[in-house]
Amino acid sequence: MSFLSNILTGVSLGSIYAIIALGYTMVYGIAKMLNFAHGDVIMVGAFMCFFATGRYGLPPLVSVLLAVVVCTALGILIEGLAYKPLREAPSLAVLITAIGVSYLLQNGAQLLWGADTKTFTPIVSGSLSLVEGRLNISYVSLLAMACCLVVMVCLTLFTSRTRMGKAMRACSEDKGAAQLMGINVNSTISMTFAIGSALAAVAGVLMCSAYPVLSPTTGSLPGIRAFTAAVFGGIGSIPGAFLGGILLGIIETFAKAYISTDLSDAVVFAVLIIVLLVKPAGLLGKYVPEKV
Amino acid sequence: MKEILKVTDLNVNYGAIHAIHGVSLTVNEGEIVSLIGANGAGKTTILHTITGLTKAAGGSVLFGGTELLATEPHKIVAMGMAHVPEGRHVFAQMTVTENLEMGAYFRKDKDQIEKDLADVLRRFPRLKERSRQLAGTLSGGEQQMLAVGRALMSHPRILLLDEPSMGLSPLLVKEIFTTIEDVNREGVTILLVEQNAKMALSIASRAYVLETGSVVMEGEGKAMLRDDNVRKAYLGA
Ligand SMILES: Nc1ncnc2c1ncn2[C@@H]1O[C@H](COP(=O)(O)OP(=O)(O)OP(=O)(O)O)[C@@H](O)[C@H]1O
Ligand SMILES: [Mg+2]
Repeated sequence: MSFLSNILTGVSLGSIYAIIALGYTMVYGIAKMLNFAHGDVIMVGAFMCFFATGRYGLPPLVSVLLAVVVCTALGILIEGLAYKPLREAPSLAVLITAIGVSYLLQNGAQLLWGADTKTFTPIVSGSLSLVEGRLNISYVSLLAMACCLVVMVCLTLFTSRTRMGKAMRACSEDKGAAQLMGINVNSTISMTFAIGSALAAVAGVLMCSAYPVLSPTTGSLPGIRAFTAAVFGGIGSIPGAFLGGILLGIIETFAKAYISTDLSDAVVFAVLIIVLLVKPAGLLGKYVPEKV
Repeated sequence: MKEILKVTDLNVNYGAIHAIHGVSLTVNEGEIVSLIGANGAGKTTILHTITGLTKAAGGSVLFGGTELLATEPHKIVAMGMAHVPEGRHVFAQMTVTENLEMGAYFRKDKDQIEKDLADVLRRFPRLKERSRQLAGTLSGGEQQMLAVGRALMSHPRILLLDEPSMGLSPLLVKEIFTTIEDVNREGVTILLVEQNAKMALSIASRAYVLETGSVVMEGEGKAMLRDDNVRKAYLGA
């Protein structure tokens, strides 16, 4: 039973990583940059929910919506103010800016809301008892899995069927050619940040509901793990981020259960390195040779 | 004859490199105008500046009376100007059909888009056979056809072509040039950049010769084919 229970824990943790990784991977795919501030947007989303539900007692659904709206706006703002002016700049300058934005958000949160660790009020509580009580699964875990599935299906349909989604794929492949087709590249990039940040808000609320502590640095470690998941699955690939996230959650949970809690990150990275040695583009990373 | 595109005193810099020095050229409605010149002369830069992929340092680009240098680049295609860039730049991870649909991205007339798609596939039967294949898996020649087909999907009044014959077999080069003439006969004005000066001059109404960022000669295509200086420098005679 503990094996099965570990699988469930792993998949639900992985679902949260996957939702974060999807945002990472979409932004990378289009803006060709690692948005290191992505993890901190998660934290802002969680804080919104913390205040709305924990302090002011608003219904969870309203809090989640508020978190999504605030993070979407924040994502658009970050892109427009910090990254857009650097569109032609060397990638190192963009990377350093992203790290700067990450610290700005963390320190801003510290200034506004204090550095102390807060106890988060989960948006759902309780758990489902299966097999005569020998297998328990929390409703938060179930919710995380359901959210991840819905997000994945919606994103797949969005990118394959809709005009905006196709514009996004075109931009991610070739901005110049996309512009020649009449696609507004700037607004497409902005849109991608909006989607990624909205997902970060959802992930933040789910994560803090599952592990109910919150501080200004809450987002950074999950952000790095989700980035790892995105690379694991093949950065830029949507199904890759999904698969990478779920696998990462499972590996982490099993490493904690059977090896050591302290070593779980080391195990995760060891697996990542092995995968990248065998498949340099990640599990589902695509490599289409360009003909000249 | 009515001017459709008028470039005046265009200057373009890449950092400290002054790539285009006061280039002026005109394309009239219905013409095929060729722009020839050696590697690095600035041909691609001129096309890129016209469609906004590169910023100009000065000058003017009037298209049907509108100043393109002051127009948001993504709005240019909807004004009736399509650009087939050097090196094709098809969307490698999209199917052939999706690539063609991207050419009609700004259009809203769904029914007419369907018809145009069928027309393009009729024009390039090879694309039809491969319509569900990823563009990145096509041969170079097929990618070139796709790039031209994608541009035609925007229903352009003028088509800018940047070295459409590059890397193609002699047979395919002929095919591409025949297509260019067909498209022109159907009423699309053409501005053609080519290394293959002989072919480019033979189909051109008029032509310009570019050397290190300046126009050094202009004239009728056929006349240029007979010009001694052109023959020596560009036709290997
Ligand atoms: N992005 C760039 N940065 C710096 N210099 C550039 C850039 N693009 C082009 N150049 C320079 O500008 C000049 C003109 O280049 P351009 O590509 O327009 O030439 P071209 O006539 O199209 O050549 P080719 O026939 O080889 O395609 C060249 O000297 C080139 O090195
Ligand atoms: Mg060129």
